[in-house]
Amino acid sequence: MRFEHPATFNPIDQLKVIGHPTSRIEGPLKTTGTAPYAYERHDVVANQAYGCVVGSAIGKGRIAAIDLEAAKAAPGVLAIVTAENAGKLGKGERNAAPLLGGPEIAHYHQAVAIAVASTFEQARAAVQLIRIDYAKGDSKFDLAAVLDTAGTPNPSFGGPADTDIGDFATAFAVAPVQLDATYTTPDQGHAMMEPHASIAAWDGDKLTVWTSNQMIAWGVEDLAKTLGIPKENVRLISPYIGGGFGGKLFLRADVLLAALGARAAGRPVKVALQRPLMFNNTTHRPATIQRIRIGAERDGKITAIGHESWSGNVIGGEPEMAVSQTRLLYAGANRMTATRLAALDLPEGNAMRAPGEASGMMALEIAVDELADKLGIDPVALRITNDTQVDPEHPERHFSQRQLVQCLNEGAARFGWNKRNPKPGQVRDGRWLIGMGVAAAFRNNLVTKSAARVRLDQQGRVTVETDMTDIGTGSYTIIAQTAAEMMGVPLEKVVVRLGDSDFPVSCGSGGQWGGNNSTAGVYAACVKLREAIAQKLGINSEEAVFADGVVRTGNRNVPLAQAAGGGDLVAEDAIEYGDLAKTYQQSTFGAHFVEVGVDADTAEIRVRRMLAVCAAGRILNPKAARSQVIGAMTMGVGAALMEDLVVDKRHGLFITHDLAAYEVPVHADIPHQDMVFLDETDPMSSPMKAKGVAELGICGVAAAVANAVYNATGVRVREYPITLDKLLAQMPEPV
Amino acid sequence: MRSFSYERAASPGAAAAAAASTANAKFIAGGTNLLDLMKLEIETPAHLIDVNDLALDRIEETADGGLRIGALVRNTELAADARVRRDYGVLSRALLAGASGQLRNKATTAGNLLQRTRCPYFYDTNLPCNKRKPGSGCAAIGGFGRQHAVVGASEACIATHPSDMAVAMRVLDAVVETVRPDGTTRSIPIAELHRLPGDSPEIETVLQPGELITAVVLPRPVGGTQAYRKVRDRASYAFALVSVAAIVQPDGTGRVALGGVAHKPWRVEAADAELPRGAKAVTARLLGDAKPTKDNAYKLPLAERTLAAVLRDPRA
Repeated sequence: MRFEHPATFNPIDQLKVIGHPTSRIEGPLKTTGTAPYAYERHDVVANQAYGCVVGSAIGKGRIAAIDLEAAKAAPGVLAIVTAENAGKLGKGERNAAPLLGGPEIAHYHQAVAIAVASTFEQARAAVQLIRIDYAKGDSKFDLAAVLDTAGTPNPSFGGPADTDIGDFATAFAVAPVQLDATYTTPDQGHAMMEPHASIAAWDGDKLTVWTSNQMIAWGVEDLAKTLGIPKENVRLISPYIGGGFGGKLFLRADVLLAALGARAAGRPVKVALQRPLMFNNTTHRPATIQRIRIGAERDGKITAIGHESWSGNVIGGEPEMAVSQTRLLYAGANRMTATRLAALDLPEGNAMRAPGEASGMMALEIAVDELADKLGIDPVALRITNDTQVDPEHPERHFSQRQLVQCLNEGAARFGWNKRNPKPGQVRDGRWLIGMGVAAAFRNNLVTKSAARVRLDQQGRVTVETDMTDIGTGSYTIIAQTAAEMMGVPLEKVVVRLGDSDFPVSCGSGGQWGGNNSTAGVYAACVKLREAIAQKLGINSEEAVFADGVVRTGNRNVPLAQAAGGGDLVAEDAIEYGDLAKTYQQSTFGAHFVEVGVDADTAEIRVRRMLAVCAAGRILNPKAARSQVIGAMTMGVGAALMEDLVVDKRHGLFITHDLAAYEVPVHADIPHQDMVFLDETDPMSSPMKAKGVAELGICGVAAAVANAVYNATGVRVREYPITLDKLLAQMPEPV
Repeated sequence: MRSFSYERAASPGAAAAAAASTANAKFIAGGTNLLDLMKLEIETPAHLIDVNDLALDRIEETADGGLRIGALVRNTELAADARVRRDYGVLSRALLAGASGQLRNKATTAGNLLQRTRCPYFYDTNLPCNKRKPGSGCAAIGGFGRQHAVVGASEACIATHPSDMAVAMRVLDAVVETVRPDGTTRSIPIAELHRLPGDSPEIETVLQPGELITAVVLPRPVGGTQAYRKVRDRASYAFALVSVAAIVQPDGTGRVALGGVAHKPWRVEAADAELPRGAKAVTARLLGDAKPTKDNAYKLPLAERTLAAVLRDPRA
C-alpha cells in the first residue's frame, strides 16, 4: 500500500481498541520470567557450547604477537577464533570498525578473540590464558585537542552538514541582545539491562542466530556480508529484547563471534558480552562540543540563530547530528548550522535514543534559557514568541502538526510555573535551594517502509507476523491492537509473532519510527486480508463492516472464522510512503518542566518533580506510550546529572565501563513524574495518524534540569553532566 | 575465574590455621566483593575457606557495656539492631547509606572492613595498578581521579577505601578481634587496622597471613548526637564522594571521621579537639596535609561544607 495522500476516515478511527490504555499482551511472560531472551534459549538447539570474548587491551595499534597455546590446552576448550584463523571477513554496511580486530586494532575492547568451551566457566577461564603482545600506534583520543582537524562530513541521516539562510553573521552582529556560549556533552552509553547476547548454530551452510537485535533485516544483511555468505542462508530470531536504546541497531561482535565460534567448534555457541566490555566494545553516543549564537530583539524575537557542533568518530563513522533541531524549532530569518567531524581512535560512536536531537537539545535549550535571562523574558514566553508553523529554512513547508505552544502553555499551567521566581537562588526549603526549569521537546518523525503478514484461521484467530522487534516498548501490544481494530476482533483473538527474519521486513525499532510505521504496515496487510475475506464470502469489501467477530453487510452477519473454513486466509503487504514527509515537515513536540532541589551545603542535586506534555500524533496505546516517555525522562535525568563515559586520554578508553562507574538514575533519583499527551491526529504521517514518541521524551529533559539548577542556585553549568563539583565553588557560603 | 579448592571451616582457629597452611588461600563470607573480583581474575585464590558456618553471627553485650559484633553479622541485621540504633546511631546510619538492600543482606561486618577499593583502574586488568599488580604503576594518577584520595595517598596509589561502615567504626573507636593461625588472639584498634598505601598498596591491613577477624567490639556508648552524612552524585547505590561521621556532645566537643578521602577511614584525633571552633578549623587540621589533584580538589571544600552542615543540623 502506498501512502501518498493525507489519511481520511478509516477503520482505525473507530478507536474501539486503538487509543485505549492497554497492558502489554506479553507482560505476563515477562513478569513470570518465561519470555525467552537470547542467552536463555536453551531449548532451541542441542549441544550448546559457550563463548567468551577477549577485548583489545589497547586503544590503537596492532597485535605484535598472540599466543594461544595455554588457552587451547585449558580444560574444556573446543576452539579459539582470532582474525588469524577466522578466514576472510567482510564488514557490514553499518559497521565502521571491524567487529573482529587484529592485527590492526581500531579501538579499546575491540574483540580480538573468542574462546569456545564446554562450559561458561571454562570459556571464561580460557580467555585469561590468551597472551597478546600489542604495539601501540599513534592515536587521537581527545576531541577538544583535535578540533582543528575536524572536517565537513557528507550529508547523512540527519541532513546536510551545513545550512546557511539569510545573513547570519550580520544579523547576529547587529542584534541588540546576543548570546554566544559553548556547551559540551560527554560520551554516553546505552547501558541497557540485557547485554548483547547470541546463540549461533550452523546447519551445513545455513546459519541461525537467536539474538537480541532491534533491526532484523539490517542484521541479516550485515552478518551475511561480513561472513561472505548469501543472506538467504542467514536467519535471525529476536523475539524479546531486554532494552536497546540504539545499542542493538547493528550487527555487533556477539553475533559474529558466536557464528565464527560455532563454525570452528562444530557446535552451536552462545555468547553474551561481558558487562565491563560493553561500553568500549559496542557503540555509544559520541561526545559533542557545541557553540550556539542567538541574536534577538529586545522583545525576544530571534533575528539570528547559529548552531555549530563538533564530534569525533572512528574513520567511516558518522557525526552526532546535534544541530538538526535548530533548523526547525524556532523562527528567525537569519540562520546557520554547521556540523564537523574529527577522526578519533575511541570506540565507534553511533545512535543512542534520539541521536542528534538528544545532544542538540541539551545545548540549545540551555541557550534559550540563557537568552531569556538576558532579555528578562520568561523562558516559556520566549519560546512562544519564537514559534513557527513552517520550516524556517523552507517556509513553503508547513509542519503537519505543531502544538509546541499548546504543550508549553498546558505544561506551565499544570506545573505551577507562575510560582517560579525568575531571580535565581531565591527559593529555599530547609537545606534545599529550589529551582524550576523548562525546555521544549522536539524530535522528528520518520517514515519508512514496513511490511507484515496476517493470517485468519478457522477459530477466527488473527496472527500477525513481521520482523518488527519489541525492545520493551510495547510493539507486541500496539500491533495486536491494530489488527484487532482492523479485523473487528477482541485483542485476545490476535496472536503477534515478531523478530524473525523469516517474517516480512518491517521498519524495525529505531529512530522512534517503530510504532507508527510497523502498525501502518500491519494496517496495510489487514486491508488486504479484509479484501480476501470479502472476496471469499462474496461480498463487497468496501461495504463490509468488520466488528464483533463478524463481517456485516446490510442485514447479513457472517462470522469471521467462516471465511477461513476452507483453509487459512493469508495476506501480506507493506506500507510505503510518497512525498508527504517532504511536502510537510513531520515532527513531534513537547515541553518538559522540572523542579530540583540543590543542597545549599553540598551542592547535591536532586530532582523533585517532573512533567512532560507531549503532542505526537495519535497515541495508539496511552499506557505504553506513557511508559516510554517517563522512561525517557528518567534517561534525561541521567544525562543531566550523572551519565559520563569518561575518556582516559592516555590509554584511549572509556574508563567508567561498568555499572558501578557509569551511573544511571536509581529509583531514589526519580521521585515524581507526570506526563500528558495532547489530543492530536496527524493525517500526514500514515493511516494510523500516529507519530513517534519514545525519543521525544528524552529531548530537552537534561536542559530542563540544567535550567532548574540555574534557577535554584544562580550557577550556570554548560558542561554535562552537572555534578556538584561544578557548582561548589560558586555556591553561596554556608550559613 | 581460576579453579579453586574449597572447604568449610569448623572453628575460627581451624580456619586461620588452614588459611596459613594452604598456599594462596582466602576466607569467604558474604562474597559480595570477592566473587566479583574472582570473576575478573583480580583475585585469584587457589583455595577458599568458607567461614559462614562459624558461630560468629551474634551481637553480644560486653562486660563494660559495649557491644561485641560477630564477624559474620550481616550489615542489614547490624543496622537494625535495637542497641545499635539506640546507642550507636552513626553506625546504623552509615550501614544504611551503603550498597543496596540485597547486598546488605549478604555482606558481613568483617567483610565490609576488608572490601577492596572501587578505583576503576583496579578493576581493568589491562591497565597498570600497583594494588592489583605490584610494581606495574598507578594508572589513576594522571587519569580519571575525581573519586580518588586527597590525603594520605602515595606515588604508588591514590585509591580510597569504599566502606561507609568502617568510617562509623572509626569514629566509634571500635576494636577488631582476631584469631591467628597459631590459635592466639589479639585486639587491633580500628585506627590501626587499615594501612596507608605507601609503596605497598597491595597490603591493605595489618592482618597477618591467615589471621581471621572474629568480632568487632564497640566500646561503651559515648552518647552525643551521632550523624553520618554521605555525599554522592546519585541518591542511592553509589560510593561516597565524601562522607562525614560525627559524634557531637552537648558541650560542642566530639569526634569526626571522613570517608571517601583516603585509603582508610580518615580521622585525626587532633582535629577532634577543634570541633568547638567549627568545621573550618576541624577540616583544616583533618586535611591539612591533603594533596589534591585538579579533579578531586573539590573534596576539600566539600568536606568542610558537609561537616558544617552536620554540625549545624546533625539530624538532617
